[in-house]
Amino acid sequence: MGRLNWRGSMSRLLVQRAGLGLLTLVAISALLFFGTNMLPGDVAAALLGQQATPEALHNIREALGLNQPAWWRYLRWLSGVLHGDFGVSLASGRSVAGALMPRLGNTLVLALLAGVISVPLAVGLGVASAMREGGIFDRLTSILSLMSISVPEFFIGYVLVVVFAANLGWLPSLAMINPGMSLGERLAAITLPVMTLVLVVLAHMLRMTRSSLLSVMSTPYIEMAFLKGLNRSTVVLRHALPNAAAPIIAVIALNLGYLVVGVVVVEVVFVYPGAGQLMVDSVAKRDLPLVQACGLVFAATYVGLNTIADMVAILVNPRLKIPR
Amino acid sequence: MSPTLRARPPVIVMCAAVIVVLIVGAALLAPWIAPHRESDFFGVVWGPPSAANLLGTDNLGRDMLTRLIYGARNTVGIATLTTAIAFLIGVTSGFVAASVGGWVDTAVSRCVEILLCVPVLISSLMVISVLGNSIPVLIGTIGILESTRVYIIARAVARTVTVREFVSVARLRGEGLAWVICREMLPNALHPLIAEAGLRFSFIFLFIASLSFLGLGIQPPAADWGSMVRENAQAINFGLYAPLYPASAIALLTIGINLLVDRFATSQARPGGHAIEI
Repeated sequence: MGRLNWRGSMSRLLVQRAGLGLLTLVAISALLFFGTNMLPGDVAAALLGQQATPEALHNIREALGLNQPAWWRYLRWLSGVLHGDFGVSLASGRSVAGALMPRLGNTLVLALLAGVISVPLAVGLGVASAMREGGIFDRLTSILSLMSISVPEFFIGYVLVVVFAANLGWLPSLAMINPGMSLGERLAAITLPVMTLVLVVLAHMLRMTRSSLLSVMSTPYIEMAFLKGLNRSTVVLRHALPNAAAPIIAVIALNLGYLVVGVVVVEVVFVYPGAGQLMVDSVAKRDLPLVQACGLVFAATYVGLNTIADMVAILVNPRLKIPR
Repeated sequence: MSPTLRARPPVIVMCAAVIVVLIVGAALLAPWIAPHRESDFFGVVWGPPSAANLLGTDNLGRDMLTRLIYGARNTVGIATLTTAIAFLIGVTSGFVAASVGGWVDTAVSRCVEILLCVPVLISSLMVISVLGNSIPVLIGTIGILESTRVYIIARAVARTVTVREFVSVARLRGEGLAWVICREMLPNALHPLIAEAGLRFSFIFLFIASLSFLGLGIQPPAADWGSMVRENAQAINFGLYAPLYPASAIALLTIGINLLVDRFATSQARPGGHAIEI
């Protein structure tokens, strides 16, 4: 196909990918809703406990609308969600959106800071260790990153607390945030959670950056570039990196998605008032509307990041511009 | 056997093997090697290491080392069972989908893709909020959710095997689907699947530990490394290292397994069996 069709086919790919993302979101919302409704547990029974009388059960089912057909409740829930109304919490009786939104803001601050710090660091270190493949720096990062992939988030968190809070006394061990705090106090409070999250996602991105660079490095056109007499850093940065960009971006998005999961554990470690801790608390209380809302928000973030990554990968990789 | 396997493995891999054997041994022999009984109390909360309590005592004054040894039982045992379930479901459906093909393959793959779009932690939290967190529910839920990850690998591996000549020959001989899968395909797909089993085990193990740490996994009074971290977390505010012992045990086992898998994967010339994480 000629040059003229390039733009047309690429934007079609992008639109297709975005549409697929939207479709996935709808499928996930249905999965979350019907999945939690079809399971044999009963919200009304869970709410009232073992000694509930049949009348009380009936009344609470009536009040929660549990007697209506599932598809009707799903459509009502979905249209509510689209209007920003996630229903009412079973435990507190207050609106879910009102409980979720401020905490979601806190979580986003945490994840955003971690992402902004870890992505350039990971790509930089990955390129550096690919440039000196087999060297002491490369072997050191390889072992260290394999180790930090293998350890749980709370291990990294507690080690950081022991070093920076208990022994050195530089930073607080808990990340409690309250409205009266100044910006400096807030930053000090969230430094350790952000560091933990950075370490959790850094290693994986670093390893993938290195390995996708090295797999491009073994292709003939790179050999050609070396034979032309170019030095290694020019070859890596100018010739190899553009072609390794798509897998690197995919891994970055995957790990930013992983932040969504990692943030849940890290928030519990540091008692940070975010959406992850809210979700864990409401699972323990079996507060279904709140759990569904948190699950939907987390899943949507995850799907959204993956969709964006695929779209950026299409934009970046020249080969993907022409559909096969 | 490739020559690289026969050559002496590096020191770090030997260390990894020793760690894994020690922990599995501790899990199997817990009642015989533990210095005390699981619920013996020593009176001192978060007591310092001493001759009687080598790693000190925990948040209720029980011996930390004994709890760790018994905890290995629960944590490793449940993770092993869950991995086995995930593999049974994932490998069976992956191989059947790849060899039958057509609409079966498409239907199963689409379902799996939707499940893959939600992080395991989020979907299992949803299930736990409805069904509660008894151990059978945990094993079943995580087993089924992780089997989708196994399915992707198993199907990819099976697709490369199913087009080989000896499979066509077996089919032409009139062998049934189960026979072809078990006798012709599985033996030729074993290496990537073993590497995947190691990785999957360490993911599931870490995942169960995280759930227990969140208070939603294995419940006390059963000793379990994840909930031990949770129970002892307060000690860190007093400058004590109590939660670090179970957390390091978790870290050591996963590092050990990952190093072994890394070694196993690089020693095999055949590519494949890459991990799909999260």
